[in-house]
Amino acid sequence: MSYLDNILFAILLVVGFGFFAASVKKIIRNINLGVDVDRKDNPKARWKNMAMIALGQSKMVRRPVAGILHIFVYVGFIIINIELLEIIIDGLLGTHRIFAPYLGVVYDVLIASFEILAILVIFAVTVFWLRRNFIRLKRFIHSDLTGFPKSDANYILYFETVLMILFLLMNASDLHLQNVPGGVFHKAGSFPISQFIAPIFNGMSNELVVILFETFWWLHIVGILIFMNYLYFSKHLHILLAFPNTYFANLKPEGQFDNLASVTNEVKLMMDPNADPFAAAPPADENAAPAKFGASDVQDLNWVQLLNAYTCTECGRCTSSCPANQTGKKLSPRKIMMDTRDRLTEVGKNIDANKGVFVPDNKSLLNDYITPEELWACTSCNACVEECPVNISPLSIIMDMRRYLVMEQSAAPMSLNAMMTNIENNGAPWQYSQQDRLNWKNEN
Amino acid sequence: MSESLVVPTMAEMLAEGKQPEVLFWVGCAGSFDDRAKKITKAFVRILNRTNVSFAVLGTEESCTGDPAKRAGNEFLFQMQAMMNIEVLNAYEAKKIVTACPHCFNTLKNEYPELGGNYEVIHHTEFLKSLIDDGRLTVEGGQFKGKKITFHDPCYLGRANKVYEAPRDLIQKLDVELVEMKRSKANGLCCGAGGAQMFKDAEPGNKEVNVLRTEDALEVKPDIIAAGCPFCNTMLTDGIKHEHKEGEVKVMDVAELIANAQDL
Ligand code: SF4
Ligand code: SF4
Repeated sequence: MSYLDNILFAILLVVGFGFFAASVKKIIRNINLGVDVDRKDNPKARWKNMAMIALGQSKMVRRPVAGILHIFVYVGFIIINIELLEIIIDGLLGTHRIFAPYLGVVYDVLIASFEILAILVIFAVTVFWLRRNFIRLKRFIHSDLTGFPKSDANYILYFETVLMILFLLMNASDLHLQNVPGGVFHKAGSFPISQFIAPIFNGMSNELVVILFETFWWLHIVGILIFMNYLYFSKHLHILLAFPNTYFANLKPEGQFDNLASVTNEVKLMMDPNADPFAAAPPADENAAPAKFGASDVQDLNWVQLLNAYTCTECGRCTSSCPANQTGKKLSPRKIMMDTRDRLTEVGKNIDANKGVFVPDNKSLLNDYITPEELWACTSCNACVEECPVNISPLSIIMDMRRYLVMEQSAAPMSLNAMMTNIENNGAPWQYSQQDRLNWKNEN
Repeated sequence: MSESLVVPTMAEMLAEGKQPEVLFWVGCAGSFDDRAKKITKAFVRILNRTNVSFAVLGTEESCTGDPAKRAGNEFLFQMQAMMNIEVLNAYEAKKIVTACPHCFNTLKNEYPELGGNYEVIHHTEFLKSLIDDGRLTVEGGQFKGKKITFHDPCYLGRANKVYEAPRDLIQKLDVELVEMKRSKANGLCCGAGGAQMFKDAEPGNKEVNVLRTEDALEVKPDIIAAGCPFCNTMLTDGIKHEHKEGEVKVMDVAELIANAQDL
């Protein structure tokens, strides 16, 4: 390779990683639009969650077929990244398989395992594609998965296939060049899969195969850089965010909903006969969370809920286990997550367009994206939370939005208002007198 | 059945200078709902028979606030919680047992932050501990050989990971315990939680309780066991919807135990 190649390569890397860094910055900024919540306690349990659920994929295998295939793709992705390191060094220095002399047999084993993983990835991706497009699993043809989200899933599958094929072609042409009389390339690596591809190069001139090899090599690395930058727009962001997401996930029992501290203060004030209503006014703090109960837009959610939205893989396991969804109600927990992300992206764009400040756009997550009908259909059963392979809680968003509907807008369904009035007046959701609470004792 | 129930209140106990072993939190359903009252009484019969010293709050008990909280009314919930905590703390309650998973979850998980710290146990866990301690012995009785399936209440199972206690109890009855295709962590909601009990369902093509009843009927049980008064109602309605009242009964685990002992 000439120096021109190396410089071009360096520029490509800088541009690729530069764009990626900009995306990451934007994601972090958007997530920080959320309200603060403390998720730094108990690091031991958090690391364990991350190790088991993100790294160990423990929740994926609850659906064994998808789980095992996913592990192929996942391990393939991680391991082939090691190969990437060599590609980058070779590209910058103009070397060829720079690790080979240092690693010896280990190198052979590594390359061989990359190849086997590559073929497993192609196999898994093919099955995934068939499941999405031919077998048409219900959760993949659901009404909330049309348009871009549907194509997105397929694009990634095509992308992965092309990358793996390029990787194998690259190795095959390399192997061919290692074996031609005189050996254009030095011997390095072991090629259990691409050895079967190598014969297609027989009969070609060495010059042509070298050009082909370089083409595969360049396409492969360019493809990876494009893939990396595509993540920002895609549900495939989960390959990165699954890790922080499982780390920061809720550790409390699923049934324990948070107590709104702002409400606690007011209730204490109301119930304490000695409280001085003036003394207790909280100090004016510009950074304090706005005194709004519940959530109507993404800024009212906490940052973990926003991280959840970016992490959602749109797999629909939550929706397929949701009792409301299964009985034909409008609620789909996956849609709750997708809506939250879409709205967050919109808010982020608004901020970008307005020099760093959000200019109200007369829209909100509530109503423009998520309707009260969806919110009221939830039984708070936690099936979606239990199912999610990356520990997302759609339920927590549903609950915060219900709080807004009830406490800010008094917009609960009538029957619920009646229930709440009963609790207020009689201490029971039904219209019975509290004085009758022990009557059962003497009834037959 | 005819012997009358002994149900002391915390106030009565205090007047005698006594502190019961457990406070039985009856809950709104257990106090007022006709079907759930039967569960309450069955549980009390077991407590009476095993001489467990317990007391109820009686008219001093009030809704835990669970339906208000799940409906989004955090104000009402916290007011209920603080009132209840005041009463419970005044009686120095330590251990609370309840037959309602919603009360169980709220008291156990959501009250501590508001100043209410108690050991809270579901009645199935409590009955199990009575058996483990040798204070209660159970035999199959009328249920011997019957096919029973257990429906996991969301707020007992998924929400708090109590899966085994109710199953252990059912197994003590020499019955055939069969699992539905979705059970434990994969269980399906009965449709009542999250304040759904108190409102009409949103438009759809089926009621959740009917879907869940179909799950249960698939394993052809004689009895569907539940550990929650709301699940009980939902499944009973489901059975009526399927016109199976004659063949399949819905019973609380406490009722199974009490009836097996002819209490
Ligand atoms: S908690 Fe709500 S959204 Fe989640 S599965 Fe249950 S009903 Fe569906
Ligand atoms: S919330 Fe979780 S289960 Fe639901 S679609 Fe997203 S990743 Fe899948």
